[in-house]
Amino acid sequence: MAVAADWAGVISRHHDEIIKGWLQQLRDDGTLQTGRIKDAELEGECRRMLALVGPELAHGAAHSPLGGELRDMLVALSRSRALQGFTPSETSNFVLGLKLPLFGAIGVDYPDQADVIAGATIEATRKLDRLALLTIESFQKSREEVIIRQQREIAELSTPVVKLWDGILALPLIGTLDSERTQVVMENMLQSIVEHSAEIAIIDITGVPTVDTLVAQHLLKTVAAARLMGADCIVSGIRPQIAQTMVHLGVELNVISKASLADALALALQRIGKRVVDTAGATAAPVEFLR
Amino acid sequence: MAVVRDDVMPVRSSDDIVRVRQEVRARAIEIGLSLVDQTKIVTAASELARNTLDYGGGGTTRLEVVQDGGRRGIRLTFEDKGPGIADVELALKDGYTSGKGLGLGLSGARRLSNEFFIESKPGEGTRVTIVRWK
Repeated sequence: MAVAADWAGVISRHHDEIIKGWLQQLRDDGTLQTGRIKDAELEGECRRMLALVGPELAHGAAHSPLGGELRDMLVALSRSRALQGFTPSETSNFVLGLKLPLFGAIGVDYPDQADVIAGATIEATRKLDRLALLTIESFQKSREEVIIRQQREIAELSTPVVKLWDGILALPLIGTLDSERTQVVMENMLQSIVEHSAEIAIIDITGVPTVDTLVAQHLLKTVAAARLMGADCIVSGIRPQIAQTMVHLGVELNVISKASLADALALALQRIGKRVVDTAGATAAPVEFLR
Repeated sequence: MAVVRDDVMPVRSSDDIVRVRQEVRARAIEIGLSLVDQTKIVTAASELARNTLDYGGGGTTRLEVVQDGGRRGIRLTFEDKGPGIADVELALKDGYTSGKGLGLGLSGARRLSNEFFIESKPGEGTRVTIVRWK
């Protein structure tokens, strides 16, 4: 093989040009247009990475660039890009944008030595491509972390236990009732039964789009657990189409159920010996007021 | 019977089951099924997709909109390469389960659809096809 290119020398001789060309490349790609990252900040990142890439390129072909400080830097960078809302291509373009200025610089330093330029270019491309893939991979991983965190948040937010009256709790369920959600619902409910010394818990499934055998099974388990704690359960919000489907499925919900939450509350109040009475003194809001 | 539209969806996780349900509901609304029929086919799809995942170890769901003369319908095919069912008749019995469920999924899905076919070979996998006509 011909003489290998001296990458370290090339980079140190053309350092400022490379940075300038790189930044120009990134600008042309539109990374800066959105204003999510400052010019100075980007330049700092470019300088840091070039300082780390130089020694990696200077190593021979067998050397893998995927280690140590460079890797850590790129992982951290992709992570922050993912959180700032950059696209995967914008993120990987950060690394890929270095190619052209680098190749330009080596062309200047080795005029009329096509074999040296070709060898160095292939080698550098291979390494930079791997670095770019690394940024995509870390980018993706950070996004997935965000999604998992949001899933957990949704699971917690969507399973509130509210107190309707002394001794009456309501659990409005919204969304898919899978095993994980059921666990959260059950824990929240049992805890609240203890805290409020509740006698009756109303589980409202108006917001559960599909009630299949698994959901039914989860409901039955939740009801059974509440019974063990000494509280009765009423399932409310069973829509007509769900009632028909449940019958066809052959599921027997051996629990007290009501069509609406209002009916369930009325029943619960009756159970604990309360009555809702019209009072003579109260008047409806005057029409003018409503307007 | 002509196939108007044909989609295949993977069933690899419980999120996929949610997606299958949503897709089936969208098709059911498209062909104008009533609310009760929508709910029935979606529930049947949910049961069968869960069987594909839990007992078949994952597989695929094929969603077809079919036309036969003047009527339209949805045909769903659930396929897996799992252990198969040794005794299909027993599996179709209410309350029988080899797992931890209620044992109503397969038999319930049959009651919720207009046509129901099941093919299973131990060691090779299972294919369940259901049709709901408008």
